[in-house]
Amino acid sequence: MVAKKGGHRDEAEEDLARDPLQAILLADSFAQKFRPITLERPKVLLPIVNVPMIDYTLAWLESAGVEEVFVFCCAHVKQVTEYLETTKWLSQPNFKVSTIESHNCVSAGDALRLIYEKNVIRGDFILISGDTVSNMSLTEALQEHKERRKKDSNAVMTMIVKQSKPSPVTHQSRLGTDELIMATDPDTKQLLYYEDKADHLKGISLDKSMLSESASVSLYNDKQDCYIDICSQEVLILFNDNFDYQHIRRHFLKGLLQDDIMGCKIFTYEICSSYAARIDNYRSYDAISKDIIQRWTYPLVPDVQFFKNSATKLERQGMYRASEIGQSRSAQIGPCTVIGNGTTIGNRTAISNSVVGEGCSIGSNVTIEGCYIWHNVTVEDGCKLKHAIVCDGVILKAGAVLEPGVVLSFKVVIGEQFVVPAYSKVSLLRQPVNQDSDEELEYADDSVGVADNLPMANGALTNDLAELDVCATSEVGTNGAGFIWSINEAVLEEEWRHSVAPIPADKLAAIMQSANGDPELLTHDDNILPPSGELEPESMTNDSDTEDANDEEATYFEKEVEATFLRAVEEDVRNDHVILEVNSLRLSYNMTALDCAGALFYSVMKLALDMQHNTTSELFANVAKVMAKWKTLLKSYLLTIDEEIEVIMKFEDMCMGSGKEYAPLFEQILHLLYDKEIIQEEAVLNWASEKEEAEESDKVFVKKCESFIRWLNEASEEEDEASEEEDE
Amino acid sequence: MPDVQAQVNDFVVKLQKRKIEGSKTTAKLTAELLRSVISQQRMPQTNQAAALIQAIRAVGEQLIRANPVELAVGNIVRRVLHIIREEDLSLTTATIGGLSVSAASDEEDELERDDHPALSAAAVAAASRSTLRPPSLQTLLEDVPHSAAVPHTYSSGADSEEKSKSTDKNSRTRKLKHNIIETVNELIQDINTCHEQIAEQAVEHIHQNEVILTLGSSTTVIEFLCAAKEKRRSFRVFVAEGAPRYQGHVLAKELVARGLQTTVITDSAVFAMISRMNMVIVGAHAVMANGSVIAPVGLNMVALAAQRHAVPFVVLAGIHKLCPLYPHNPEVLLNELKSPSELLDFGEFSDCMDFGTGSGSPLLHVVNPAFDYVPPKLVSLFITDTGGHNPSYMYRLIADYYSADDLVIQKRPAS
Repeated sequence: MVAKKGGHRDEAEEDLARDPLQAILLADSFAQKFRPITLERPKVLLPIVNVPMIDYTLAWLESAGVEEVFVFCCAHVKQVTEYLETTKWLSQPNFKVSTIESHNCVSAGDALRLIYEKNVIRGDFILISGDTVSNMSLTEALQEHKERRKKDSNAVMTMIVKQSKPSPVTHQSRLGTDELIMATDPDTKQLLYYEDKADHLKGISLDKSMLSESASVSLYNDKQDCYIDICSQEVLILFNDNFDYQHIRRHFLKGLLQDDIMGCKIFTYEICSSYAARIDNYRSYDAISKDIIQRWTYPLVPDVQFFKNSATKLERQGMYRASEIGQSRSAQIGPCTVIGNGTTIGNRTAISNSVVGEGCSIGSNVTIEGCYIWHNVTVEDGCKLKHAIVCDGVILKAGAVLEPGVVLSFKVVIGEQFVVPAYSKVSLLRQPVNQDSDEELEYADDSVGVADNLPMANGALTNDLAELDVCATSEVGTNGAGFIWSINEAVLEEEWRHSVAPIPADKLAAIMQSANGDPELLTHDDNILPPSGELEPESMTNDSDTEDANDEEATYFEKEVEATFLRAVEEDVRNDHVILEVNSLRLSYNMTALDCAGALFYSVMKLALDMQHNTTSELFANVAKVMAKWKTLLKSYLLTIDEEIEVIMKFEDMCMGSGKEYAPLFEQILHLLYDKEIIQEEAVLNWASEKEEAEESDKVFVKKCESFIRWLNEASEEEDEASEEEDE
Repeated sequence: MPDVQAQVNDFVVKLQKRKIEGSKTTAKLTAELLRSVISQQRMPQTNQAAALIQAIRAVGEQLIRANPVELAVGNIVRRVLHIIREEDLSLTTATIGGLSVSAASDEEDELERDDHPALSAAAVAAASRSTLRPPSLQTLLEDVPHSAAVPHTYSSGADSEEKSKSTDKNSRTRKLKHNIIETVNELIQDINTCHEQIAEQAVEHIHQNEVILTLGSSTTVIEFLCAAKEKRRSFRVFVAEGAPRYQGHVLAKELVARGLQTTVITDSAVFAMISRMNMVIVGAHAVMANGSVIAPVGLNMVALAAQRHAVPFVVLAGIHKLCPLYPHNPEVLLNELKSPSELLDFGEFSDCMDFGTGSGSPLLHVVNPAFDYVPPKLVSLFITDTGGHNPSYMYRLIADYYSADDLVIQKRPAS
């Protein structure tokens, strides 16, 4: 009976597996990174190497064996649906594409909740955004996902990742995204930690329960998130239950990882030879364009007609030319260049590393370098373009110059001899007044901004144009049309990060410096776990989950040093061994010698305090005894004045905090330290002078040892005088 | 009709996406598709052949454009066009020939009456066929009527003879279509069995204790070697691995599974090893009309090494690989550049493709061509399913299979 039942279930599962594979394609990025272009056209319809992004995504989904796709449109619904209709994606055999429209979704979370309500997803599905370029095969990943599901119904999602080495110079120069740090279980590939906004200087903090639950953890900083997810139906349910989830990565993924909702697990699948990447910003637009031209995305390359793109021919050095172009004999077309159909190129024009769309006319003596020129653009004689994005229908009058990083939105006209400054964005539409700088409001992007701009973008544009001619001439040169979007100072500083232009040399140098300046910080992530030998059992249990990573580490470190020191006292370990152990702790916690001195001093004093004593004089005797014994050890960490000052400050802290008993003895002990030559008079004087500017409350101890300091001052003066006398 | 159109579109999409791998599969699928196009084509009252040719041309143009690199598509389209012409001609001449026996048609050439006044209709058809194009080498060497009466691939002449008396339009329509489909079926059959037919000749070429070199993998080569093995020949095979796709590894596995002595070498070791070889046997992507070969990348190097040491360089090619075009034709010189990921690991090299630094222009270029060109003078022998041929004879062989009118199928873009 039981066996029979099992058989039934197997069949049922097979039935489930035979369900057509579905996919949800989000045709809205819910971000503003491509503004101002996205005010007039949705991001998914922007051409990358002359083909709209959504075509790449749909072509991939089709070739990966997906049978039904729901295209979720939010911003510019009409444009997306019209495009899908005209390109016949909606009428493909064996590949059903249907659109889901919404006007009030402001995030991916809202979109998924809406899709859940429609109740169209019947089984596992692919969640992808419409700006993803990939050629990976899904079969294996899907198989893995399904098998995992059979064993563990909590495995709700499989995330596709790809190895991508960070450049030695900077972590974000390739795709313009922040560095991604993730932790997985090496055996099961379960995702344990995900941080896409990792900050070098702050480091990362891992939850300790992660270490206790899994036998081993692998930390990666060379993975790239492909933003392709194989999800089970439960994902939609989770989104529906947690209505505050907006962003798939920032809220959903991290929510699942941190809060452990119903034990749901996320796994990763790494692809090796195939390609997958998402166009997130202008920099990744540039990088992925070049990857396509270099054929990493084969067969989604310009000379293969994967979907209704016009035929181009690949020539030497990665030069793609459509069959019907008019090119002057003296024009030079350099490597890695794509020239679209019906484009004419004038005499002595040089084009390199660029993409030129269809129906463009480019005049004579034009220089185009690293640019993305879309369709029907007119570039008159003598223009110079460098690393710019030029949208459809733009006119560059003779002699206009585009400096690196410029973005010209649709139908902008740049006047004669006008120089568009670097990183500026020019659009026919005025910049929306309410710039939402707030993180939360970032989602309220296209849908809100576009709602008021859409009619203008479509219908009234021509009327506007006439108007613009009058009012905007000054902004982009004589007879120009367009507004230069003002960028506030803070954003301008960061603009180079996400632009198509290569990072300027000075910025690069700055990044390099910050990276080299503290080499230990770079390796820091890997060493966050101290070598197991140093882990004292009680220090493990004592650890409380302090919020701030830095503070937490400092206290950890102190405790470790103290434990080491106490062990040395009990077992009578030799000084140099203690030094060795403390040094290794210092390295693993990435602390400075200063911290070591402080921590060690603290431990010594703590030892004296812990010893049997009834009166303050007994305590003082204890201190004197301990100091005598551990003088050499302390001395080996007090190499400069700075460390000695640190020791005094530490002592001061101690007197105010944990070792209040020392407070009355402050001057005495300071004197003792001076006598024992643990600290020099210079250190005491420096400390005193530093404290002079401090608040009254901080000066308590300085006042206490006023007489000592005065005595020191006098002594030094005498000495000075003596030496002066000697000199004479 | 819409049904066929859907099929055509489906196939075009598959070709575009490079989903069909291997010229044999492509050839077979193309032939089957064209067969269904023919069978569903509505026949007009007059000039049926022309209508059919037009239909096939239209479909063929789409298919060729979908994947211009896969020459097998074009070859099969041209073959089918040729079959239509041939069948039409044989029907016409059979009809007319039937008349000419009784009432000497004016259109009939003097040659027939002069030499053989009472020829069979089939012979007339064959003879007129030979007058329409330059005579084949076979026909020149052998007795004209004899060879023409037994065309090895087209057997329809014989049964057309019986019914040649009936001049009824309707039956003729059906007959033309029927004959064409029959012949296309034979073509498909030929494609299916081409491996076996080539393999049958293996024993004539591979001798006891020989050492044979091959590169990459080809089903034809596997079948050929295994056929020799089955005939109890004992020989050794060296397999050059065929970077970057390493098809040679697959081949080696297959050969070992069939019990052959196999040695795997790197591509770069070919020259060092070639002096030990008795023969090089390789597959091809396409054989051009001048006897040159479009072959997997690396074969030119092997051919040069073989020539240097006077090792016979033998190319195995099924009939669907014979291409009537010359390699100076721009539409043929296409090479497929595949993804660089076959050569390099993207993850390892992604830091070299950092466009955000430096001048923004890529410094690392990876070129991964799929094909190589081997000139005819480097090839010692072609083995097709009709037997072994010299490279200089290939153009004649090809002329037997294709008609000159079909060479250009793609419309030239209006310049």
